[in-house]
Parts: sequence; C-alpha cells; structure tokens
Amino acid sequence: MSENDTSKPSRRAFLSGAATVGAGAIASSVAQAQTADPLITQPQEWAQGFGDGVDAAPYGLPSQYEGDVIRRNVEWLTADQISSINFTPIHALDGTITPQGCAFERHHSGAIDLSKSDYRLMINGLVDTPLVFTYEDLKRFPRENHVYFCECAANTGMEWAGAQLNGAQFTHGMIHNMEYTGVPLRLLLEEAGYDVAGKWVFVEGADASSNGRSIPMDKALDDVLVAFKANGEALRKEHGYPVRLVVPGWEGNMWVKWIRRIEVTNFPVESREETSKYTDTLENGVSRKWTWVMDAKSVVTSPSPQTPIKHGKGPLVITGLAWSGNGAIKRVDVSKDGGKTWEAARLAKPGEKMALTRFYLDTDWDGSEMLLQSRAMDETGYVQPTKTQLREVRGLNSIYHNNCIQTWWVRSNGEAENVEVS
Amino acid sequence: MLKYLKSITFAFTFCAVTGPVLAEKLGLGRVALPAEVAAWDWDINALGEGLPSGSGDALVGEEIFAEKCAACHGDFAEGIDNWPKLAGGADTLDYEDPLKTVGSYWPHLTTAYDYIKRSMPYGNAGSLTDDEVYAIVAYILYSNDLIDDDFVLSDENFMEFEMPNAAGFVVDDRAEAEYRIWSGAPCMKNCKDSVEITMRALVLDVTPDLEAPAEAVTPVAAVTPEPEPEAESAAIDLELAAAGKKLFKKCKSCHQVGESAKNKSGPVLNGVVNHAAGSVDGFRYSKAMKAVAEGGLIWTEDELALFLNKPKAYLKGTKMSFAGLRKAADQFAVIEYLKTFTK
Repeated sequence: MSENDTSKPSRRAFLSGAATVGAGAIASSVAQAQTADPLITQPQEWAQGFGDGVDAAPYGLPSQYEGDVIRRNVEWLTADQISSINFTPIHALDGTITPQGCAFERHHSGAIDLSKSDYRLMINGLVDTPLVFTYEDLKRFPRENHVYFCECAANTGMEWAGAQLNGAQFTHGMIHNMEYTGVPLRLLLEEAGYDVAGKWVFVEGADASSNGRSIPMDKALDDVLVAFKANGEALRKEHGYPVRLVVPGWEGNMWVKWIRRIEVTNFPVESREETSKYTDTLENGVSRKWTWVMDAKSVVTSPSPQTPIKHGKGPLVITGLAWSGNGAIKRVDVSKDGGKTWEAARLAKPGEKMALTRFYLDTDWDGSEMLLQSRAMDETGYVQPTKTQLREVRGLNSIYHNNCIQTWWVRSNGEAENVEVS
Repeated sequence: MLKYLKSITFAFTFCAVTGPVLAEKLGLGRVALPAEVAAWDWDINALGEGLPSGSGDALVGEEIFAEKCAACHGDFAEGIDNWPKLAGGADTLDYEDPLKTVGSYWPHLTTAYDYIKRSMPYGNAGSLTDDEVYAIVAYILYSNDLIDDDFVLSDENFMEFEMPNAAGFVVDDRAEAEYRIWSGAPCMKNCKDSVEITMRALVLDVTPDLEAPAEAVTPVAAVTPEPEPEAESAAIDLELAAAGKKLFKKCKSCHQVGESAKNKSGPVLNGVVNHAAGSVDGFRYSKAMKAVAEGGLIWTEDELALFLNKPKAYLKGTKMSFAGLRKAADQFAVIEYLKTFTK
C-alpha cells in the first residue's frame, strides 16, 4: 500500500528529501544579522501600554492586518451581483474549516433577510400528513454534527478551454468546508410519514429564485441534513440563515438556502436548475444530467499566484486541499515538474468523508522553476484526472464538474502563474 | 495493518455520532392547511403535473415580454450583455461555443413555465398571472422560430409540444465512462517524456486586479475590423433571399426596408450591402460605429456576416442589442434579402 503514512511532520522525511536536492541545504549555516533588530532592542508601544479592553468588539472581526483575505468576485462572469458568485480566499487559509465570513457566496436572487420567527418549513406531497415546522420545532429533533465541503459545480469551470484566471481563489474558490449542526432530513420525512413509493424529494428555498431541485429519496434518507448552525454559530445570511439544506458530496446548487419546502414526489420536477443549468454538455452535443456528485479533486493553495514564494530558496511548505464527493481522501501526490514525477504529500489528518483534507509537502526548494501540481485519490481508488484526460471524454463545453489537475508555474523569483501543460 | 485498524476505529466513531433511528414520531410541527400548501406548492414537473388551466399566444406574449422581460432578455429574447439568452442557438450544441437557450437546449417546455411562474420576472417573482405565463412561454417559442405568432398555447396542448433537444440528455454515466479508466495505482516516475507550457493565464489577462477595487473586465477582445472595400454585384439568389426574408422578422422591430422605410431604433437598411458603414442620414450611430465608419469600413457581404454573427463581439459598443445569427447560412440569407433593397 502506498498510502500517505504519517499524520505528523517528519524531520527525517524532510531531511531525506533535502538530501536528494543537495547537501548544501543541510550544510548551510544559520543567517547572521549585521545590525540589531529595533523591534527587539527598542521598547515597543504594545509592550508598554494597554491593548483593547474586553467588549471592544462584541463580535470580533479578523485582524486589521488580514484585510486582503476576503471573498472576491469576477465581475465579467455574471450580469449583476444579485445573481452571482464570489470566491473563497483559499490561497490564504490553512487547516480545513472555512470561516463563514469569507466562505464563497452564490445567490440566484440575492441573500435575503429571513428571521427565525418568520421561518417556516413545509413538508408535503406523498406524505401521511403534510406538516409545517417552525425554527423552534426543528431544534427539538435529535441533531448531528458533521464536517462537509460544499463545492459549486462550476468551480474551475472557467478553465475548461485553457488557463484563464490567475489565482487559486478564482480557479478553485467556489468551495467551503464547515462543521454543520442540523437535523437529518430522514427524521423530518419520517415525522410526516413519507410514502415509501416516493422516489424523489423536491426542495426549494424561500428566496425569489426558489432554486428548486429534485433529490433522489435514497440520498434524502441517507445523509442530507437540515442545518441551522455552521462552525458552531448560526448560519450567515449569505449561506441561508436561518436554515439551509446540506447535501454531502453533491454539487452546491442542491444545498438549498433558506429552505422552506420539501415535497415528496414520484418524479423529478426537471426544474431550470437541473436541466438548463447544472447539466454537462459533451463534445457531440449530448448533455449529461443528474451529475450530482463532485468527483475527487485537489489544488495547491500555496505557493500559488496570489501567494508567491517570498523567502527564496531553502525550506518551503507546499500545501493544498483535497476532497471527494465519493468518500474520504486516501492520498495526495505532488509533482514539481508538471507531472513527470510525483511524491506523496503528508495529510494533516486522515481524510474524512465528503470533507476537505489538508495536505503538506515539506520540501527544500533549490530556487529552480517548478510546475507544481497536486493529484488526489479517494477511498474508491479514483485518481484525479488531468485536463487532457477530462477533455478526451467531455470536450470543452461541459462548464461544470471540472476536477482537473491544476498547474502553477513557479518561477525562480518565487512568482507563480496559472498555466496549462502538455 | 495499522492503517486498516485505524479506519475501523474511524468507522465506529462515525457511527457513534449518528443519532438513534426513531421508529416513533415525535409529534413536532403542525398539520399544513390546504390553503398553505396551495400557496407554496407551485412546481410543475416534466409530466405536466401542476400546470394550471389557461392560455396565451405570442402576440400577447410579445407585449408582456417587452414590458417585463426585455430589459434583461432583450426584445427578441436574445439576451442583453450577460443576461440569459432565451432564443437562438439551434443546432449549435456540438459547436465550439454552443448557444444554449430555451429553444436550443431545454428538454422540457414545462421547465420554462415552472421557472417563469415561480421565479420571474427578476425582482418581482411570482407576480405573473397564469395566462401571462402561457403568453410569455409562447413568445419565447416564437422567438425560437418554433411556433407561428398566432399559435395559442394552453394547458390543453402544452404537453404535445416536443422541444428540439428533448432527446439530448443522458443520465450521469461518469461511473462507466470515467471512473473505470481513472482508477488504480497512480504513476509516480517517468510519467511523461516531456512537459511544455501550452497556455498561460497572464497572456489572457482577465483576472481581477487584486490591489485596486475590482473593475469590470471583458474577456472578449474587441475586434476592430479592417475596411475591405471590394464591391461585388452578383446576381441575387432569390431562394436564398426568400429564406432571408423569413429570418428578417428578427430584425424588423428595429430596422425597416423598402420604399417608405424610416429610421427606427436601427437605421434604414436599403442599399446597406457594399455601402459605407454608418452613413444613413439622420440616424444617431454609436461612437463605436462612427469610429469604424471614419476608418472607412464598407459593409461587404463578408463584413456584414461577421457583424451579424455576434454584433457586440464584432463591434464593442454598438447599439445593436441583437445577439446574432450563429449560422453562416442564416447570415448570408439575410444579406441576400437586404441586397434586394437598393437606395
């Protein structure tokens, strides 16, 4: 088995890696300063006086020095900002949990204000008793906690025809990963007495778009959550406050926000969001529908175009994220030469089902150019494909579900660019 | 072996956080009243279940569309800027850049009714009457050349209408088509002979500026056409011109031709073929059109065809909001029709 073995950084692995690069890195002595650092030798204001008292910020915001770690959008992608998308700054984050405040947003009619007291959830259709729940009703059902990634089906969609957007935030930032607290949808369906003949549920939101989607009953009973907390606190407005659907491993469009109605049906509705959108057109003009699962995928988040190497040659942490809608990530490999040779990266923790996995490659950079790639493999044995492999099967017009291997061209000055390689 | 044990432990942990299966109901929530279900349960499935009774035709639909939809979708459902194009694109799905519209792509007409009734107009969702929705759907079909303008669409005949791309979808087959070939032990060494950079994002340069506040960037470069004056006066192909006459109905609301033609929102097109661009008296052209006219652009048949293909890509800033005729045959048919009108 060639799985990633360690869950701890290994000095020995690092040193043996460095040895292959050259003994110079090991032999080099620690840098010497010419003059004393005034930050150390001079008394500093913060070390003498007071800082803020408690309650200076009853709900805290990120440090003022982190002002560039924000969601960003690409204005030419959409006609306006009401029906639009922005991107998580994955290049600047570490670990796996995405803070809600910078987790990407996707709205079809804008993020609505809906209070808990005005919130209603209806279950109707093929059920014994159509029911209405309030927010307080939902909190009386047994609830669960799970960490799941939510990826828009169009993540990396702008890259089908070639390298286009220069930054991991833009190529791969339609994703976030949160710990959800919620009620299994199965319990709500049981409460209403769902008809076992019902093969689908149709779910819709309270916003003007309603964003209706049909979900097969098997999935609805399996692991779908009706969630009201994320990362321990209430959902943010932009993520569906007070209640959203969580559909693990499946495309983000199905994670209906402000969910207000769940209808048990015999047939899929074939709504706009599951026919005209979120269908994948192949080269011959035929389109795949019901492409719900997000396949295994990974990306190096640093170094990347927005996070160049600024420290020169020597010890370098290459890091990134991997995930799969089909289960847990088992291993991630990293290539520095555009896919000629690969080495196994270290997983920060064993992969968890349908959740982001952080990987690291602790290496010694000799300052030469790199064509950095990462390649994920999940527990089913599926290996993340190259863009060439994807195009061979799908052509260039699929828009959705682009899980190709990404390449960053890292120059000897440390700057990185999104490129495509042969 | 250690790995194996670990994964079993993990599986147990996973099960342990899952709640108990409740065989009995908790008695939470309350019964939804019929009036409440009726107020929210509007969806119409692909079998037509949920279609309300009512009817409408494209002539009525055109007026409603102009008032409530055209600001985004254009007078001819051709879509303005990045707003969805609802018409055109027939037979383009296997093109390099397919135009996916209600006519060219959507497999079920019920989807259009369901979506328009529940989610449109943008900013005033759910405000249309059932008859208005029928009329708008009829107008969209008419804009796609799928029905005549006097065809009355109703709940009676709605399900008889087969969409052109109804058979164009297959259920997700990635498991068979992809998973098999992309599984197994991955290559670690000597995986390729050579690696060349074949494309660079910085060359395209469409990434938002991260320093300054984001500005609108247009990925499609404006093409400034080179004037190519080559007058040709071939005989008119009457059959082609007849086809063009039919297509010209897309152009009619803005452009007039013939003896008593007047400038409307577009200029009179008498004698436009092989004539200087931007030269119709009394018409207020866009700055962009004035600029290329000063550059000496002549509307040769080839230039006109390029313009008609995608007006806004050909001439960034043109006032012509028409999405374009994507088939070369259609472009030349319209041009042939225009050749029958001289100054």
